Amino acid sequence: MKDVDDKFLKNLDRTVPLREELRPRKVTTPDGQEIEIEPLKDYFCEAAPKVHAKSYFPIVEDFYNWARANSLWILGFGTGCGAIEMRPLMTPRFDAYRYGIQWRPTPRQSNLLMISGYLSVKTLKRAIRAYEQMQGPKYVVGLGSCTINGGMYWDSYNTIKRLDQYLPVDLYIAGCMPRPEALLAGFMELKKLIKAGKCEGANKYAENFATYKANQKSVIKDWDMPDYNW
Amino acid sequence: MTFEWIQVPYALATLFIILNYGLLMTAVVRKLAARVGGRPGIPVWQNYIDLVKNFALRSKINHGVMYYLGPVFRLSGGIGLILFVPTIYGSSWAQNFSFAGDLVLALYFIFFGTLGMALGAGESGHPHSAIGVSRGLAQVTTAELPMALAVYSLAIQYQTLSITEIVAAQQGGLFNWTLFTNPLAVVAAMFAFVGTMMRSPFDVVLAPQEIPIGPPTEYHSAYLALMQTNRAIFPIAKTIIYMNLFFGGAANWAEFAIKVFLLYMIPAVIGVVHPRFRVEQSIRFFLKWGLPVGILAILTV
Repeated sequence: MKDVDDKFLKNLDRTVPLREELRPRKVTTPDGQEIEIEPLKDYFCEAAPKVHAKSYFPIVEDFYNWARANSLWILGFGTGCGAIEMRPLMTPRFDAYRYGIQWRPTPRQSNLLMISGYLSVKTLKRAIRAYEQMQGPKYVVGLGSCTINGGMYWDSYNTIKRLDQYLPVDLYIAGCMPRPEALLAGFMELKKLIKAGKCEGANKYAENFATYKANQKSVIKDWDMPDYNW
Repeated sequence: MTFEWIQVPYALATLFIILNYGLLMTAVVRKLAARVGGRPGIPVWQNYIDLVKNFALRSKINHGVMYYLGPVFRLSGGIGLILFVPTIYGSSWAQNFSFAGDLVLALYFIFFGTLGMALGAGESGHPHSAIGVSRGLAQVTTAELPMALAVYSLAIQYQTLSITEIVAAQQGGLFNWTLFTNPLAVVAAMFAFVGTMMRSPFDVVLAPQEIPIGPPTEYHSAYLALMQTNRAIFPIAKTIIYMNLFFGGAANWAEFAIKVFLLYMIPAVIGVVHPRFRVEQSIRFFLKWGLPVGILAILTV
């Protein structure tokens, strides 16, 4: 891990034993055939994330960014208490749909990952997998002070403190918890950033992949998946 | 059927009109459904932005050839349905490529997209896709039964398999419509209509809260954009067939717009006030209520 920035790195040199069901093994099929399976290779893609260039013509990229800003599809992934603040945005009182913000049930179709509150280490693993399955350009919004500096969980043994050490965060919405109005204001701010072409989190993740992975592996005790999920 | 090259740009123009009409109308219907829930809902141009956004995504992943072809088949099902069905009765250019046996072809094209989607979603390897597809095929198969029986009933009634001739036979007043000359066939076909429009109570295929969204779970970016295009075209194409067969067709684009909108509102209105059927409930519903009406329509024609 020579290419890792020392200030950024939490070093832990240890190897994690692979879970039993993920180890390569031989299986006998019902019709007596013997086949070799290797779950990590059969189920996951090993290719590392790539840096994707912007469109060649600035005017085309601006148009795309306008469309991306006005069609934010959120992955409904509620991690902490902030998940409850997102629900009023779908209902009559605040209705975020009128701003082109919609909730999608699958990471494949979403562009925006909301980390809504504290992330326990266990959840971080799932959040990373969800983030890596999303298609770029993708955005991450950290919700509440827990994602900024740990918040009230700052000395907890089991939650991460700064989200942007593990995932490229585009925007933080401060508060404990921020109210739905603050969320709406945050979305509007995110739209401005996207339109200005400043939300290149997916490329940042690909460029600093080794750093992010080292940080993720330093806190996740049972790393039993490939380095990149898709 | 005689073919002239001018029919190609005419058919493409019809397709273009129907695509835009579909994108706007599905947004309006979503807005209406939102108003039922007391929300302002999405802007009417949201579908266009979503399309551009999905085409503009930078990364795509592919699971194989059939995964790639799934949305293509789905879209060709929708476009094929449009191209072989006369859209405006009596119009010189919106006849598309209709011919003497187009009714049978239309029945086939209604099913075609679902089958293509089954192959594509199957290859994506996601369990939710497999569940959604098996539910979808089971439900569509039973929902198409009353539709097929109603169409046979019409073929017997009008002694033709040409949609143009069926529309021609219904001209000359409200009471010449199949709705009044053969009401049982219309009722049977409307079961199929409500059942295949992917709306509540028959939306267990997508089931957004349950098996995230079923068949398209793995689809994204341009693949999803193709499917969104089809979701704008296909319901309109299907509604055009119903309009032509049962509600007198349309003699101009204004009549077309009003009739298609009103017909589309039937499943939409039923959808906003009904909860979802499980798949075995909906199959039982079609076999219990749709099928007997279809058989009666055949017997009494």
